[in-house]
Amino acid sequence: MITPPNYPGIPGASPGTPPGPPDLDVGNSRFRLALARIRLAWRSFRGAWSIYLESRIGVLSLLIIGMFALMAVAHPVLMLTIWDSGTYDPVTGYAFGQSQQPASPSWRHPLGTDPLGRDVLSQLLWSTRSEFVLGITAALVTVAIATTVGAVAAYYGGIIDAFFMRLADLIIALPGISLLIVLSALFKLNLFYLALVIGVLGGFGGTAIILKSQALSIKVKPYIEAARVAGGGHFHIILVHIIPNLLPLSLLYMMFTVTSAIFAEAVLSFLGLLDVRMSWGIMIHTANTGGYLMGGTRYWWLVVPAGASITLLCSAFYMGGRALDEVVNPRLRRRHD
Amino acid sequence: MAITGTEPLHTGALLSVAGLTKRFPVGRHLFRKATSFIHAVDDVTFDLEPGGSLGLVGESGCGKTTVGKLLVKLLEPTSGEILFRLPGLADHAVPDDPSELNEPAVDSASIEGRQLRAFRRRAQMIFQDPYESMNPRRTIYDTIAEPLSVQGMGTLLDRVDRVSEILDQVGLTPPATFLFRHPHELSGGQRQRVAIARALVVGPSFVVADEPTSMLDVSSRTGIMNLMQGLAQDLGVAYLYVTHDLAVARYMCHRIAVMYSGKIVEIGETEELLKNPRHPYTRALLSAVPLPDPGSTREPPDIRGELTAPIDPPARCRFFDRCPMATENCRTSPHPPTEEKSPGHWVACYEV
Amino acid sequence: MAAKINGPLLKVEDLTLRYLTRGGEVRAVEGVSFELEQGQALGLVGESGCGKTSVANSLMRLLPDNARLAGGQVWLRGEDIFALEEDEVREYRWRRVAMVFQAAMNSLDPVYKVGQQIVEAIEAHEIEGTISAARERVARLFRLVGLDPALMDRYPHEFSGGMRQRAVIAMALSCDPAVIIADEPTTALDVIVQDRILRELKAIQQQLNMAIIYISHDIAVVAEVTDRIGVMYAGHLVEYGNTADVFRAPLHPYTDALLGSFPSVTGERRPLAGLSGEPPNLIDPPAGCPFHPRCPRATQICQEEFPPQAWEGTQWAKCWHPMNAGAEAPSDVELEAASDVGIVEQSAHGEGG
Ligand SMILES: Nc1ncnc2c1ncn2[C@@H]1O[C@H](COP(=O)(O)OP(=O)(O)OP(=O)(O)O)[C@@H](O)[C@H]1O
Ligand SMILES: Nc1ncnc2c1ncn2[C@@H]1O[C@H](COP(=O)(O)OP(=O)(O)OP(=O)(O)O)[C@@H](O)[C@H]1O
Ligand code: SF4
Ligand SMILES: [Mg+2]
Ligand SMILES: [Mg+2]
Repeated sequence: MITPPNYPGIPGASPGTPPGPPDLDVGNSRFRLALARIRLAWRSFRGAWSIYLESRIGVLSLLIIGMFALMAVAHPVLMLTIWDSGTYDPVTGYAFGQSQQPASPSWRHPLGTDPLGRDVLSQLLWSTRSEFVLGITAALVTVAIATTVGAVAAYYGGIIDAFFMRLADLIIALPGISLLIVLSALFKLNLFYLALVIGVLGGFGGTAIILKSQALSIKVKPYIEAARVAGGGHFHIILVHIIPNLLPLSLLYMMFTVTSAIFAEAVLSFLGLLDVRMSWGIMIHTANTGGYLMGGTRYWWLVVPAGASITLLCSAFYMGGRALDEVVNPRLRRRHD
Repeated sequence: MAITGTEPLHTGALLSVAGLTKRFPVGRHLFRKATSFIHAVDDVTFDLEPGGSLGLVGESGCGKTTVGKLLVKLLEPTSGEILFRLPGLADHAVPDDPSELNEPAVDSASIEGRQLRAFRRRAQMIFQDPYESMNPRRTIYDTIAEPLSVQGMGTLLDRVDRVSEILDQVGLTPPATFLFRHPHELSGGQRQRVAIARALVVGPSFVVADEPTSMLDVSSRTGIMNLMQGLAQDLGVAYLYVTHDLAVARYMCHRIAVMYSGKIVEIGETEELLKNPRHPYTRALLSAVPLPDPGSTREPPDIRGELTAPIDPPARCRFFDRCPMATENCRTSPHPPTEEKSPGHWVACYEV
Repeated sequence: MAAKINGPLLKVEDLTLRYLTRGGEVRAVEGVSFELEQGQALGLVGESGCGKTSVANSLMRLLPDNARLAGGQVWLRGEDIFALEEDEVREYRWRRVAMVFQAAMNSLDPVYKVGQQIVEAIEAHEIEGTISAARERVARLFRLVGLDPALMDRYPHEFSGGMRQRAVIAMALSCDPAVIIADEPTTALDVIVQDRILRELKAIQQQLNMAIIYISHDIAVVAEVTDRIGVMYAGHLVEYGNTADVFRAPLHPYTDALLGSFPSVTGERRPLAGLSGEPPNLIDPPAGCPFHPRCPRATQICQEEFPPQAWEGTQWAKCWHPMNAGAEAPSDVELEAASDVGIVEQSAHGEGG
C-alpha cells in the first residue's frame, strides 16, 4: 500500500507533480476567488432582479421608494440654493408676508405653511431623510439580531432554542405599539433609540422565529454534514454555511421592518411622545394640537402631504417585500425553466 | 485516552467494528422520553484492511447510511466499538509513517478535540446526493479546500495548488477552469467528482462512499466508478462502499457485506459471495436483480412480504417473517450468530 | 398523410416538441416515429433529459403550458389524437391511454383512502353504473396487481412505497385502457419490490393483451419486460428494433456504449466501457449527429449532417457508421464519396446481415 507522502502543510499531497497552471500565484488566486464571488453575487442578483422586475407591484414600489429618496436629497440642495433658512427652515423658519398662518399653497410655499408659519414642503422633504434613516436602522438591527438568533437556535436546538423561542413568543404576545407608548413615556426616545427598540423587538420576536425555521431546513442539508466531516466547527458552519443561505430571507424581512418602523414613528409622533424636532408624524401632531384636523378638508395641506407620504412609503416597502417574497420563495414563483 | 494497542484488532486491519449498535428514538417529545426505538444498526461487526474495499449492500432503510455516519463520527453509537489504526491518530505516532500496521488502535469514542482534527484528515465521507451536498453559494475551490482551510493546512497558495492537483486527478481538467466555478455550473457527474475531490483532498486513509453514483446517469456513473477504483489503487485508500446495487458492489469491492434490517446477515469475498450466496436474503436479493439479457429467464426471488422499519423488533432472527427456510427453531431462538461457513465467508442463519 | 384505419394500434410519426424557456427553445423531442401493436411491450431508454417523459406526455396530450408541438402526428386506432376536442381528450385519457407517472407513488392524495381515489377515477369516466360495482372493480384490480382488497380502505401513508406504486398501477388499469405508459415505474424502489411489480405488470399485460410502453433509464429492466426497444438520445429516437436484436447486436454507437456501461452480477466481470463527456444542451444541440462529440466512430460528416436511418432487418439506427458496418469507422474520403453518389442509406441497408 502506498501512503501519500507529505506536501508542505498538507498530508497526502504529492510534491513534484506540476501543481496546476503556473499563473496561479497567491495574489492572483486571491484575486480570482474574489472575482468569482463577485461574479456569483452579480449573477444571482441579476437572476433575482429579473424575477423581481416581473412583478408589477415590485416595480411600482421601487419607483415610489426612488421618488422619496429624491425628495430626501432635494431638501439640502434646495436649502443651499433657492431657499433661505430664515424662511424655509423646517423647524425655525417663518414665512413672512403671509396675512395669516396657516397659509394655503402659493407659489412661494407650494404646500402652504403650518400654524406656526413654517413651510410644509420643507418639513415634508426634511422628514423624508429621517424616515429613511429610522426605517433602515431598525431593519438592520432586526435582521442582524434575527439572523443570528435564528441560526444559533436552529443549529444548537435544545435549551438554547427553547429559550429564544419562548422569548420570541413573549415579545409577540406584547402589544407592540402600547409597549412603545409606555417606553416613550418613561424615557426620552429620539429617532435613533426608537429604531433600536423597534429593531430589538423585531429581531428577538417574530422575525427570529421565521428565520429559525428557515435555518432548520438549511441545517439538515447534506452540505452541513459534509462541512462537519471536513472538520468545520460550530462557528464555521453557522458563519459560512447557515447565515449566507439565510440572507435572502433576511433581506425580505428587512423590507417589512422598515414599514413597521415608519408606521410606529408616525403613531408615536402623532401622540407627541417622541423627542423629535420634525417628522411626518409631528406635522400631523402640530395640525392636530392646533385644532385644524376638525376643520374638514379646509386645511388639507396640513395633513394630506404627511399622511400620504406615510401611507405611500410604508406600502412601497411592504409591496417591495411581497415582490421579494417571490424571488426568495420559489414556491410562489411562476415556472421559468 | 484509549490507545489500546493490545485490543483484538485483526492484524493489519485499518478499521475494526465490533457490536456496533445505533437506536433512534421514535416519537420523542421535549417532555416525553421515547418508549420505542428504531434499531437502525444492530450488533454489526466487520473489519477493513488498509487499501481494501467493503461493499455494504441492502434494501432502502436497512441502516447502510447509518453505519457510514457512525464510522465518520457524524453520529454517536448507542453501543459497540469502532477501532481505528489510522496514521497520525495516536499521540505518539509520526503522521507520515508509512507502516500503518504498526499504528496502535484508537477507540473512535475517545477521539475528540485535537485528535478529532487528525481523524478528519484520515477518515472522510462522500455523500450520496451531488446536488445537495455542496453549498450553492461557495465556489468549487471553497468546497474542496474547506477541509484544508478549516484545519489551517497550508497557505492559500498551497491550497490552490493542492486543489488544482486533486481536480486534475478526478478528471476535471484543466483545473483552472473549474476552480472558481459554482456548483450550479456543473453537471451531476462533475459535481460528484468534486465531492470525491473534497473527500480525497486531505489524503485520507479511509473513505465512506455513500451511494456516490446512485443519483447519476449511466454515462457519468461508469466514469465515477472507474475513477474511484483507480484512485483507491493509486492512493491506497480503503473504502466502505454503501450501495443498494449488487452489480455496482461487485464491480467496486473486494468484499461485500449484505445488510438486512440493521444486521449484517452475510459477509464474504465478492465473487465467492455472489457465486455461492448462502443466506436466504442474499439469495433473494441476487435473484431479484434484472439481467441485461433479453433471452434469459430469471426465477422470482424466494421471499415473502416487505421490509418494515425495525421498531422494537422481536428477539428472533430479523429475517424470520420473510424467510422461505424459516423453521420452528428460528422462531424460538434469538437472532442467529454470524458464523464462518467457509474461509472468509460469514453467514448469520441457523439453516445454512 | 391521411389517417390509416387498418394501421397499427398506435402510430407516432415525426413527433417534435419544444419547450419555450427564458434561455431559448428546448428541443426536447425531435422527429420521433414508431408504431405499437396490440399486446406489444415497447421500452424507451436513454439518459436523463433525453425526452422520454416528453414523448409520453405528448401521447397523453398532457403538456405543460410552455410546451409547443412543433410537428408530427399520433394516431390511436387510426384516429388523430391531436385533432381531438377538449372533451374528447378527457375521454381519451385514461380510457384509451393511461399513464403511470414518474414518481407516481408520491402522487396519491394523502387525505383520501386509496380505494376511494380509484373509485372516483372510475366514476369520473362512467365506467361502472353504481358505486358498489365500482368498488367491486377496484377489488378486482387490487387482486390483479397483487394487493389485498382489504387494503382499499387504508390511507396512502399506511402503504409502503411498493404498495403505493401498485395502487397507482391499479388506478391506471381502472378504465381498461388500450395502451399503458409506465414512466420509470420502479425507479426508486428496491430490487425485490421492483421484481414483483415488473412481473405483475407483465402478467397483466399478457392477460389483458394490452400494449405497454415502459420508460426507464435501466436497460436491464427494459431487457426483461419488453419485446421492442427504442433508444433515445438528445430528443431523437436513435435506434429501434426487437429487444433481443438490439441487445445482441446494437447498431448505434450510443446503444453500444449504454450496454457496455452497466455492471452485471452474473457472467464475467468485465471492465466497464462507458461514455465520455456530457449529454448535449438541448437548447443548442450539436450540428449533424447529436452524438458526435462523444462518439468513438464519429467522422467529418457526423459533424455536418444528420445521419439517415441504417437498417438491419427490422432494426434501424440513425447513424452514419453503424456498428454492423465493420469494426472501424470508414474513412472520411470513403464516406464523402459514398454520400456524393447518394448511396449511403441504401448501402447501410444492404450491409452486414
Ligand atoms: N436521524 C434519524 N432519526 C430517526 N431515524 C432515523 C434517522 N436516520 C435514519 N433513521 C432510520 O434508521 C433506519 C436506517 O436508515 P439509513 O438511512 O441508515 O438506511 P439506508 O440503508 O441508508 O437506506 P437508503 O438506501 O434509503 O439510503 C431507517 O429506518 C431510518 O428511518
Ligand atoms: N416544462 C418544461 N419546460 C422546459 N423544459 C423542459 C420542461 N420539461 C422538460 N424539459 C426539458 O426537456 C428535456 C426532456 O425532458 P424529459 O422530462 O422528457 O426527459 P426524460 O428523458 O424523461 O428525463 P428523466 O429520465 O430525467 O425523467 C430536458 O432537457 C428537460 O430539461
Ligand atoms: S452518426 Fe457518427 S457520431 Fe453519430 S453515432 Fe453514428 S458514428 Fe457516432
Ligand atoms: Mg442511505
Ligand atoms: Mg422522465
